[in-house]
Formats: sequence, structure tokens, C-alpha cells
Amino acid sequence: MNPPSFSYRIFPLGDSAITIDFGNCIDEQINISVLSRFFQWEQHPLAGMTELVPAYSSLTVYFDLPKVKKTAGNITAIEWMIEQAEQRLKENIFLQETPGKMMRIPVCYDSEFAPDIFRLAAANNISPEEVIALHTSKTYRVFMLGFLPGFAYMGQVDEKIAMPRKPQPVNVAADSVGVAGSQTGIYPLDSPGGWHIIGRTPWKLFDAEREEPVLLQAGDQVQFFSISKNDFREIQNSALLKESSQGDT
Amino acid sequence: MSIQIIKAGILDTVQDGGRFGYQHLGINPSGAMDKYAMYIANALVGNHPEEAVIEMHFPASVFLFGYPALIAISGADFSATINGDPVAHLHPVWVNKNDVLQFHRPVYGARAYLAIAGGLDISKWLGSYSTNLKAKAGGCHGRNLQKGDEILLCQSFPSTPGQSEFIVLPWKADDQREDIPNEIWVLPGHEWHRLTTESKENFTMTSFVITQQSDRMGYRLNNIPLPAMTNEELVSSAVSFGTVQLLPDGKLIILMADHQTTGGYPRIAHAITAHHSKLAQRRAGDKIQFRITEQAIAENLYLQQQQHLQQLRNACTFRLQQYFNG
Repeated sequence: MNPPSFSYRIFPLGDSAITIDFGNCIDEQINISVLSRFFQWEQHPLAGMTELVPAYSSLTVYFDLPKVKKTAGNITAIEWMIEQAEQRLKENIFLQETPGKMMRIPVCYDSEFAPDIFRLAAANNISPEEVIALHTSKTYRVFMLGFLPGFAYMGQVDEKIAMPRKPQPVNVAADSVGVAGSQTGIYPLDSPGGWHIIGRTPWKLFDAEREEPVLLQAGDQVQFFSISKNDFREIQNSALLKESSQGDT
Repeated sequence: MSIQIIKAGILDTVQDGGRFGYQHLGINPSGAMDKYAMYIANALVGNHPEEAVIEMHFPASVFLFGYPALIAISGADFSATINGDPVAHLHPVWVNKNDVLQFHRPVYGARAYLAIAGGLDISKWLGSYSTNLKAKAGGCHGRNLQKGDEILLCQSFPSTPGQSEFIVLPWKADDQREDIPNEIWVLPGHEWHRLTTESKENFTMTSFVITQQSDRMGYRLNNIPLPAMTNEELVSSAVSFGTVQLLPDGKLIILMADHQTTGGYPRIAHAITAHHSKLAQRRAGDKIQFRITEQAIAENLYLQQQQHLQQLRNACTFRLQQYFNG
């Protein structure tokens, strides 16, 4: 496949990283090309590269400064990395349109777990039931992970449930499902946060003890489905049982 | 072979060079705030440069050695004693079983490092010993050291001759303490141009106080607000140790070792890597001043530090061999 015609800019992120920016936007096609480059460069790293961080519309390359400096000759290590990235961006890109897994995630939208659902509904002139119906109506793309271990930025929600984030962060419980702007996400850990909380999942998005600590990865597809408080407790309890039986063996 | 925490410090954690390769999952690198100091401590006891160390804030923990060991303390000077006798900073120190290491006064700096020859016998999480406080993983049970914790050591060590007094080995690392500790050199960030002309001037001409709301994640600065020309929102993208972000109220935050992997605030500058060490040794209440430099200088300063460390490692290996194998 030919390289897509997205224009880009490359700029330094401090003295030991460069960011390739495809345009400061939330766009599925741009995100697909960012992730495709990410998977390609993970397989075939740039010389001196230490880590790659994909985001909505950018890809950041961290590098080993002393190592790169040795090969850079008369130019700076940054200039050498930018040149290298520009060369590699000319390579054919193998777009991974559906690289991720499809996850159906249970969410309990009961007001006990949804401190902001009434406010969000009122701000959009709809009922809380409509908020739930709309939130569960779409398949979301995981655009990126960031902010907290395993925090997946997903989008985009129906504009009828979109709402700008809170001006001041408040304490948010782990596993809370929130909306900010046109994004939706799940807090993997207790944390301050500014997203509007409309429910909670009994699933663990992040568990340091698991072999794969993080459940969702960039490129995954996510659907939410509504569960009752009873279902919520049952799923939680069965997960606990599973953990303790694993502990026994 | 172990050391025991007989009194907990305010925030002492196991750290190493950091956990890299997982930022795309939102898992931050953690690692020592002052890696340069960590490298020095490890060099003094003959460890691998990235071996796990204990990073201490003041007031620091009180340690009881359950076994003889070779240790070194670097970074901040908290006026350490062993069994009540002052112990030299930046020297290898040979301690005996039942020796008690404690720290009395913050003389200089914010973070001290304790390295022990052979390293700490703890398991890695995702390839690193570093404690990730947010994820509650890595290091010692994913948290700061607490009273009663016992950390096993990887290597046994003989008692000092006569087994009575601890011995300060007669050589010292040159810590190259910076001549202008408050001056942090930066490179302009991608959103530097968003600052008004006056804000740009204020950024370099005024000094910035590190507030109490500063920790391993970042330093919040108390500065006169720096207005920007645009408040156009940024979608989240990667941020790094040393990134200086402009908050909506015009205040600044410098991201440190436990920084978020991504962020959406304008990145107006980045502290150069060679100055991360001195930045990590600034305390709440300290003033810092930014000075804009260029990439080539940032690279050279970092390489000089690396060369200095390599020389130190070579010298230490030689001295330790001479001392113990005669």
C-alpha cells in the first residue's frame, strides 16, 4: 500500500526524544496510520531507539542519546534521529485497519456508581436512560493509552452525551467509566480526574499481578453493555473467587 | 543477608534506572529522580550502574544491617551516622552486622541514595526494580518502605577486620556539585511560541519557587502567570521527564520521574537531561531560574556526565579490587 498522504511535522521533545505529529486531532484514519507505524517500528526499530509512544495523532520516539551521538558525526543526535525518521516515513506502510481485539465490557450505570450521570443528562437535555442507551449504542475505538497505567482513551461518543471536562479534578474511584468531550474512558485506578462519571465496570482494566497487566490496547474495539447492580456484584465476586482459588493451587 | 527498616522515612522507595518499554500502555518509567547520584552510589560499591538502590527523602528511614555489607550514600546530604558516628558522604563504607544507619539533618539536596554491594534481592516488575507508587507495583511491595520491612541482599560480605567498627574506605567520588545549583537549562518546547513576548521574557528573567505541591510526579512552580497567545486545545501526546507544561492558569509544572506518559498541556520547554540531577535535588521552597540553551550544548553536557561516570566506575573497580584482593 502507498504511504498515506498525511502531512506531518517532526519536533524535538527535549534532548532525547522526537515527536512526529500528524495534526493535533482525533481522527480514526490518522490514528490507524500512527498505530501502523508504531507496530512496524516496534518490529524494526530505528537505530538507537529506546521506546515508542503512540498517541491520538502523534508518535514519539525516545532514543539513547550517547549511542546516537556516536553515529551522528557532525550533526546533533536530534538532527540524526529526525533524518532517520523521515527516511523511515517514506517506507511503505502496512495499514492495520483492524489490528485490535473486540471487547464487550459490562458497565453498571446505577446512580451509586454514576455521580455525574444526572448532570450530564441535564446538560444535554436528555434523560439518564438515554445517556445509557447512547453510551452503549456505539463501538468505540481505543485511540491511545496514557495518563494512568492502562487508561484507554476511546471515542467518539454520540454528540448528545459529549460534555467538556470539569474545570477542577475530583477524586474518582477505580473502574469508573467517564466521558470528557467526545471521549470515553475507564479509570483503572483511584485517581483525581476531570471526566464525568456515568458508571462503573466490575472488570479490572489494570492489574499489576496479571501477566498482561493492561486489558485494553490502542487499536482495540470496545462496546459497553449495561448490567444491574446484582450482576455487578456477581461478576466482582466471581472474579474474587477465581483469584482466591488460584491462590490455593 | 538483609537490612531491616526499624523506623520508616517519609518517602523511601526502591528505584533503579527506570521501567522503559511500557509507556504505550500508560505505565510510566518511574526510576531514580537523580539517576546521576544513583550511578555514583552504584559505582562506589562496584555494582552494575542500574542496580536497585534505595531513594530517600528527609526524614529518611533508619536501617538495621542484619549482615555485614559494603554500602555508599550519594545525592542529598542528610548527615548520616552509623551507630551514632558520622559517616562520610560519597565514600564506600564497610558495615557490620547490627550496625544502625540513620539520617539527622537535611544539609543539602532533596534525595539521597543508598547502594549496597551486590544489590537488593527483590523481584522485578516489567523488567525493573523501580517502585511505581501509582500502580502499586515494583520495588518493595509496590510502596514506600515501612517499619518492619526486611530487604534481602543478593551478596554476602565478610565482617570488617576485628568486627568492631565500620570502615570508611579511603577514596571518594567527586560529586561535581554544580556551581549554579538554581540554574536549570532548558530547550524550547513545541508550544514555546504560544507564550506572549512578555511571558517569554518573564520565563527567563524571573525566578520560580518550587511549591509544596511537588513530588516524584512533578514540581508545581509558583510563578507570576505566563499568559499565552492562544488556548487552542491540544490532543494528548507524549511528555517526558523535564517537560515544562503551561497550565491553564498560567502556572508551570515540571514533570519528574513519575510523570504521566502523555499530557495535553502546552509544552513550553524541556529541562536538559544533564540538569535532571540538579533539578531532582531542589526542594520545595527553593527558587530556580531557567536559561535557554541549544541542543548541541545539551548533548555535550550529557556526554560529559556519562564520561565522568565511566571514569569513576573504572577507578572504583580498580580501588575495590586493590583493597579487597590486595
